Amino acid sequence: MTLHRGRGFAAINYPIGMNLGGDPSQALVHSNPDGKFTVTLSSIDLGQGMKSVTRQIAAETLGIPVEDVYVDTADSDTGPHCMGSFASRGTHRVGNAVIQAAQEARAVMLDAAAEELEVDPADLVTDGQGNIHVRGAPSRSITTMAACQAAQFRQGKTVSGRGIFLIPLSEVDPDTGEMTPVSCFAHAAMIVEVEVDDETGEVSVTDMKSAYEVGRALNPKLVEQQLRGGAWMGMSHAAWETTEPYYPDRAHGPVDFSGYLMPGPGDLAPHHISILERPAPDGPFGGKGPGEMCANPVLPAVVNAIYDAVGVRIDDLPVTPEKVLRGLRAQGGAKPRRRL
Amino acid sequence: MSDGMIEFRKEFFADERDDTLNEIGKPTRRQDILGHVTGRSPFYDDHLFQGLLHMRCARSPHHAARIRRIDTSEAERTPGVVRVLIGRDVPLNLNTLLSLLDFGIDDEPVLATDRVRYRGEPVAAVVADSEATARAAAAKVRVEWEVLPHVLDVEEAIRPGAPVVLDIYPGNRFIYHGKYDHQKLRYGDVEAALRAADHVVEGRYQMSPIEQAPIETCGAIAAPETNDRFVCYSSTQALFFSLATSSKLLRLPSSRLHFIGGTVGGGFGGKVDSIHEPLAILGAMLTGRPCKYMWDREEEMQVGAPRGAERWYISDGVMRDGRIVARKFVGYFDSGAYTRLSSYAIIKAVGHLPGPYTIPNVSADVSCVYTNRTPATAMRGFGITGVDFAIEAHMDKVAEVVGMNPIDFRILNAYRDGDMKAHRRSAKNCALIECCQVVAEKAGVQLSNAARTASSRQGGGGDRGRLPAHTALDQSGRVEGFDTGSYARKAGQRPATQHQVPAPVAARASPATQAASVQSRPRVEETRVAPSASQTTQQPAPPQQHPAPPSAPPRSGPIRFSSLSGFRRR
Amino acid sequence: MAKKPVTFTLNGTERAAFADPGQNLLDLLRRGVGDLTPKYGCAQGGCGACTVLIDGAPHLSCLVLGETVEGRAVETAAGLSGAALHPLQEAFMVHFAAQCGYCTPGMLMAAKALLDQTPKPTREEVEEAISGNLCRCTGYEPIIAAILSVANGSVRA
Repeated sequence: MTLHRGRGFAAINYPIGMNLGGDPSQALVHSNPDGKFTVTLSSIDLGQGMKSVTRQIAAETLGIPVEDVYVDTADSDTGPHCMGSFASRGTHRVGNAVIQAAQEARAVMLDAAAEELEVDPADLVTDGQGNIHVRGAPSRSITTMAACQAAQFRQGKTVSGRGIFLIPLSEVDPDTGEMTPVSCFAHAAMIVEVEVDDETGEVSVTDMKSAYEVGRALNPKLVEQQLRGGAWMGMSHAAWETTEPYYPDRAHGPVDFSGYLMPGPGDLAPHHISILERPAPDGPFGGKGPGEMCANPVLPAVVNAIYDAVGVRIDDLPVTPEKVLRGLRAQGGAKPRRRL
Repeated sequence: MSDGMIEFRKEFFADERDDTLNEIGKPTRRQDILGHVTGRSPFYDDHLFQGLLHMRCARSPHHAARIRRIDTSEAERTPGVVRVLIGRDVPLNLNTLLSLLDFGIDDEPVLATDRVRYRGEPVAAVVADSEATARAAAAKVRVEWEVLPHVLDVEEAIRPGAPVVLDIYPGNRFIYHGKYDHQKLRYGDVEAALRAADHVVEGRYQMSPIEQAPIETCGAIAAPETNDRFVCYSSTQALFFSLATSSKLLRLPSSRLHFIGGTVGGGFGGKVDSIHEPLAILGAMLTGRPCKYMWDREEEMQVGAPRGAERWYISDGVMRDGRIVARKFVGYFDSGAYTRLSSYAIIKAVGHLPGPYTIPNVSADVSCVYTNRTPATAMRGFGITGVDFAIEAHMDKVAEVVGMNPIDFRILNAYRDGDMKAHRRSAKNCALIECCQVVAEKAGVQLSNAARTASSRQGGGGDRGRLPAHTALDQSGRVEGFDTGSYARKAGQRPATQHQVPAPVAARASPATQAASVQSRPRVEETRVAPSASQTTQQPAPPQQHPAPPSAPPRSGPIRFSSLSGFRRR
Repeated sequence: MAKKPVTFTLNGTERAAFADPGQNLLDLLRRGVGDLTPKYGCAQGGCGACTVLIDGAPHLSCLVLGETVEGRAVETAAGLSGAALHPLQEAFMVHFAAQCGYCTPGMLMAAKALLDQTPKPTREEVEEAISGNLCRCTGYEPIIAAILSVANGSVRA
């Protein structure tokens, strides 16, 4: 038995959102009597952090601390339409809708503050700490709380805003495929290191080194959650998972987690992540959507690494010991390439 | 351990960012984290109801079969069983998810009535006072089957004479734009460029079906709410998709539905299909009690729609210096027995080709193929993950053929700002080269000088930014008889026999010809089909028997997420 | 068949419920006494989302008959925190060790069982302790880091 090491490379880009029907999402924002804001959506948080990223986007736009914002989502009686949480669209589409809604609410808040301070609203800025002041004259200020109270209980204004994001409808040409598929792209590259056992055919992923370009990382820890978890899923897709191990035969389909395999805590590979940020011109503060693309480079990088290690091309996923052994047998044993 | 395992390379594209924002860019804790660590985050199954009923489905054991008879009497007699639902209980028992966007023809029943097309397809839903009783009674639903030939492989399915999965698609392929049985991409002249290339490298790649496997299984709980409405707690990834689908299938206006969700135990694409909400609400409607429909783990794995399998053939023409001059794709998405979202995934895939590279000649023929397996649906990276596997595994082979380091090879061919892409839009905001460079640096891979100094912001455009002088077009896969406009217009226009090609538009024009937009909507204006009606609603009567539509668009109707024709620009 | 009365302590408080024949502890806790922190993920013993402690040892509550906890001490994630959070809860927050949050209560209980027995576990012992608890979101690293941070005292409640 010999363990063979190999490295494989892959690079990808990823289209954010979709072009079907303009891919719309909406948001509402309003202030409580004391200047705390609620963002109302119907978007779904599956764990990707929808509530959290839209909260930061709303706070940034309103110019108030993040603690002053709460995102209430997915009650159809209160939240306006959203296409849904898929296609890496949430941050980009919903984020843009939230910005628009928050800008409208912010304008009312600044109008109210201007009336109280007897200045031109165009001269007002927020400090992000809960204060509004005249640009260049921090002493002429009012708290966001006082401004919102004045709006609602003296001036008779609702401090609220509506937002929608809708991309231009794009026809797809039947003959050429010409279309405007999406509005921006995220990027990734990765080197994966594997160890292949030429007796058992087993493959273990021993290291991952990646670079992901995600637009602006709106919350670096949320981005890391996606990338780390997503790359784990990519590794799982490459060498563990399938509902039909002998596809297209439907036999032997797993019905529980003893048959449907995924890497456990003892199967992890160290994953060294580098994040690049090239803001998307149309993204919320330049953000794209890291949620889906993070898995994609891992699958090809793993098969390329296996080839590098033993010279066997696995073109059918998932990689299984059986496929590796059949490949080794067909070529008369391991033929390391060591190209990387 | 993650400290030290992650770095932010702020030096890249720094001139394009303002890094002095207040909240954006901060590692703020999740809004929902306290709920998660205390176990108080309210998932859909965390809502308790007095008198909750449980729903379980009886399912097809066959890949394909005709249903001669469904006998629910023994199941109904089981103590604790409150109701057994079959297809005729569903007010509108035919749907395709993207009909909300006018994309596709209604093809899938909620509960099969006359035929099943995959193993596990539901034919009856038992509603009982306990989960165990519902499960036991579902096993007592007797179905007389006439087993039919089936087809499981995508390339077998498109051969002449293969068993037809869906009568509306006699070639077992989704019809794009009413014109072709696949989506085309044509950019330049691939065949000529392949002939002129120094090397041609071919490959075949198979992406496996994958289960989304959220730890929370998919489901919904519905209950009668005050004032003649229904509340529905759902694990859906798309609240209004599920609401609107329920509204359509149950013929209930959205004002009578109250959907609550948004805290979901993982989705990964598996919770878009809106399977549970309509049935749970129907159970609540027909019993007057709260009703839960939730998959168990086995159903999640074998009945729940997976990321479908994809098969890709790639041919690359490459010059000795490593420049790729032609790339040709032939792709087959295994949609399973119904369309769900695969039709659109192909649009997204085709817009993505040929991957992040600038190649002057590209073509693709990608088909959404029907087979007798569990319908496929979305999953993380849907439409992209499979073909990216194919492209990048192929790139490794081509690099070897031209004797280049795989990273140098990617950078040489990488797209740059200003390049023309195969879907005929200019590339911008590119960053592939920089990602490649960072990884090479981290892994100690020695790049060529050209690769090391390349930039996404330089060297693009110019000749690389121009459309090809000539693009080779063809009519392969042309079909007749499908409407080029709103696909949903064909809803219900199912041919009588399974091999009959659908009649041309002109031959089946409604007498009320003035109202194409009205006809494009499922017929909600018609008499409501009572749940107990004996007539099945799966095959609506021909249009001639319907009352003439009103001359103005109705002010109520099924929800659409499109103004008129979602995919088209008018 | 008759329901069976069961008396046990849940997070230190005496509780009584009627167990249906064959009813598992997961269902008894959720429907019988209203503790919704153990989650249904498979009812096959395969995912760990329903992990609870019985007399201090971790158990998959989907595989335990409800009636068998008579007289025993059951602990769930609902009992982890009172006025203050448990250090593990704090650590999971600091390390972003939850995304969808569905596996989190079970994961916390598996980790608590480990740390109660082995206050200074190695990384391998942490991996082993949570190997029956599936997480589909995080890739496990932040969870392992969170548990180790409690063990080495870098995170306190």
